Amino acid sequence: MKFPYTDIVLEHFRHPRNVGKIENPDGKATEGSPACGDMVSVYIKVDPKTNTIADVKFESYGCASNIATGSIITELAKGKTLDEAKNITWKEASDALGGLPKIKAHCSVLAVEGLRSAIQNYEERHGLIKEKVPTTVEIVRQRLRKVVNPLTGLNVVRTNLVQDIKVKDGVVTVLVDLPRDHQFVHNIKDEILEKIEPLWDVKEVVVEFTE
Amino acid sequence: MTGEEMADRLIYLDNAAATRLDEQVLEAMRPYFFDTYAVATSEFGYSQGIEAREVLDEARAALANALGAAPEEFIFTSGSTESSNIALKGVALALSKKKGKHIIVSKIEDFPVLHSAQALEKQGFQVTYLDVDGEGFVDLDRLRGSITNETILVSIQHANQEIGTIQDVEAVGRICREEEVLFHTDATHTFTRVPLDMKKIAVDLITVSAHTIHGPKGTGGLCIRQGTQIAKWVDGGFQEFNLRAGLENIPGAVGFAKAVKLVTSKETKRLQEMRDHLIDRMLAEIPHSTLNGHRWKRLPQNANITFHFVEGESITLHLDMHGFAVSTGSACFSRSLEASHVITGIGGDHERAHGSIRFTFGRYNTMEDVDAVVRALAEIVEELRNISPLGKNEEKEEV
Repeated sequence: MKFPYTDIVLEHFRHPRNVGKIENPDGKATEGSPACGDMVSVYIKVDPKTNTIADVKFESYGCASNIATGSIITELAKGKTLDEAKNITWKEASDALGGLPKIKAHCSVLAVEGLRSAIQNYEERHGLIKEKVPTTVEIVRQRLRKVVNPLTGLNVVRTNLVQDIKVKDGVVTVLVDLPRDHQFVHNIKDEILEKIEPLWDVKEVVVEFTE
Repeated sequence: MTGEEMADRLIYLDNAAATRLDEQVLEAMRPYFFDTYAVATSEFGYSQGIEAREVLDEARAALANALGAAPEEFIFTSGSTESSNIALKGVALALSKKKGKHIIVSKIEDFPVLHSAQALEKQGFQVTYLDVDGEGFVDLDRLRGSITNETILVSIQHANQEIGTIQDVEAVGRICREEEVLFHTDATHTFTRVPLDMKKIAVDLITVSAHTIHGPKGTGGLCIRQGTQIAKWVDGGFQEFNLRAGLENIPGAVGFAKAVKLVTSKETKRLQEMRDHLIDRMLAEIPHSTLNGHRWKRLPQNANITFHFVEGESITLHLDMHGFAVSTGSACFSRSLEASHVITGIGGDHERAHGSIRFTFGRYNTMEDVDAVVRALAEIVEELRNISPLGKNEEKEEV
């Protein structure tokens, strides 16, 4: 039989580790992809003495790569310090699984982001809230690094798909170097909106395409 | 891959995508690969070519007859994709200067029709994409209201490829005839299973294919009512009444005709019984499952069910490891990463497409297959719901 995933992915998909909720978690987050519809929730318990992750669990409403990444990320994060855990990348998760198909990057990156957001949630609850800074082109660019180009599995900034970013009077305009009828236009647009619209001072996000 | 989930036998429930070839079809085709392999010549050609011509004519007559058409109204193509391309683009090319540039299609057509319409739009045609209701039916009043003096073609499928909804093509044909507009229907999934007779129904162009009825892949046909204005789209020689150039696929044509001959109403009834058994059991035994499409006005071989709170690609992969082949409308499964346009077209949200599974039956399925897939799915859905962040409260309420 031929399956589209590595044996490690299939093993985690069939027997996912650390599944479920944590009662009274120290941090929790849910990340969803509007493009593919997948969703993942991550719950953490923090040991305040060592600042490490004492326990971590996840839940997935997603495809095989979403489930497998949720599972591996909990294994990678357990026992790590918050800073170490925050810096776990999609690439590390993917490598630990023996590699994921590029087109699946945007469903599997959710678990990685879910872990980061859960840690951020913990930090915010413990008085580490950052001050509100006005949105700049650079902040938009940083956020767009989380939008994956499904053709390459890499983010749209790195693959030079983002040709121009304008920020003016609360209106963010992103020019994407793709024809309007490209196969992935809809989900790239949805993901850009998802990442930029929540910025506190952004009133409107306009996504334009070059052709 | 080894382990407890490995299956020893494949239970194939994706017969809308492709079917296993019937051995009798292969036997019928065989001589035209090895013995009579010549090109079909004119009646003044050499003997093997004349023989090939006669065999092709016989196959054509059989296929035309199955649609209530005359032999000269049926052309062979490479499949339903090409047939629908010829229908839409051929009519557009023939009538754009004479009559107008407006085309009407339903929103839930299969890609050959939908994408041909979109391609024509880019060439300056206007296309109306008709909405459908929650079960996939086109509103006939809205269809009539959309027709203008510029309208040249209405293309509405006989039945839907995903949710199986059968349209009232008789009424669509009547409207088109009254409004003097050509009517094309994609009958890829209904051909030989649901009656469609050109003598009784005012349809001008019909797309059919062999791959859905245990015939060879790469063989289809387009039925074109006598007098229909249509331009040649595939240029080359003068084959297929000078409407579709290219060397005739004689083994394909013979196999297609044989495949049609092998379909019986008894078999279709058997498929329908499997469909009904599957729908009844799934809805009764798996909580939070919803049927997509109409309960009765649907393809006899099609069931499509959404299992809420879980994702379709996860279901199909688990089923695959248990030895079942099915398909899903989930975005994660598609090459475009977009949720099924059919499920969203019937007003379903992304979530409804996310957990939708299509089961399509064929000649080699049995009632035991249905019971086996229900058993496997009940377990898989429960397992996946255990790891899902959604639906926990709803389930508790029901228990």
